[in-house]
Amino acid sequence: MVERQSPLEPEFHVGSHGNFEHGVEILLTETRPGSIVQLAAWPGEEKKLIAAIRTVTGLALPDGAGGGSSDGVKSVFGFAPGKFTAADEAEGLAAAFNKVVTPAIGTVTDLSHGRTAIRIAGPKAEWVLAKFFAIDFALPAFPVGAGRSAAHHDVFAQIQRTGADQFDIYVFRSFARSFWKALCHASEEVGYEVQ
Amino acid sequence: MLITCPYCGPRDVIEFTYQGDGNRERPDPASQNFEAWNAYVYDRLNPAGDHNEIWQHSGGCRAHLRVVRNTLTHEISSVGFARGDHASAARRNAEDKA
Repeated sequence: MVERQSPLEPEFHVGSHGNFEHGVEILLTETRPGSIVQLAAWPGEEKKLIAAIRTVTGLALPDGAGGGSSDGVKSVFGFAPGKFTAADEAEGLAAAFNKVVTPAIGTVTDLSHGRTAIRIAGPKAEWVLAKFFAIDFALPAFPVGAGRSAAHHDVFAQIQRTGADQFDIYVFRSFARSFWKALCHASEEVGYEVQ
Repeated sequence: MLITCPYCGPRDVIEFTYQGDGNRERPDPASQNFEAWNAYVYDRLNPAGDHNEIWQHSGGCRAHLRVVRNTLTHEISSVGFARGDHASAARRNAEDKA
């Protein structure tokens, strides 16, 4: 398989940056999942799609809007009514879903080449993200595993919390570099490390 | 102004796109009733008070929403998904007017 090039590469500078003399409070990295898939259920078929997600990924979705789950390798979360984003470190997730999600249940869209996944972690992750999105990032309002849809300067972003102080952000590949640069600038004042 | 999206929760109005008057009843596409088409395209209630509107959460879950907004105060008194119950709400309004 041909190795996928990162859209962040010209601006991806490994090391510590910004105001890190007093410690690094933000870790930024690109998670580079092998598969990113968008799933949508026809109205009334949501439960069957959720069952299909469990079959393929082994992840059970909690009830409620934006519910999600992650085991560190595979991740899935709801981002709109009847719609879900699933990611896997391995390739081939779309093919696996195509076998289970029949045309009567819904649709499977392979976005592996269309989205870039950026991970922001660290004690100031909530604080930096709050500069970008007017949503509540506090743990009780945004629990681990949950997903949110938001936009920053019209760049659509899907955010999943994958740890108490860790978020994975899925952005359009073509906007990923400018979003990454903005994220680096926003992290400068607390000190950040690119890994 | 905040709109409480039934999926995403309270979000700033900047994430939403106004999709027009929610009171319009679209005639059957095959209809040749020009008065009905004229009313659909041009006639608006323009109330000073509660107004049925269609909004899209374009910067979020992208769902279309049925919103009742007060045109004087911008107070939002109800928000729901446009899918399903909007059609019946529009019909109810048309029946109320008739």
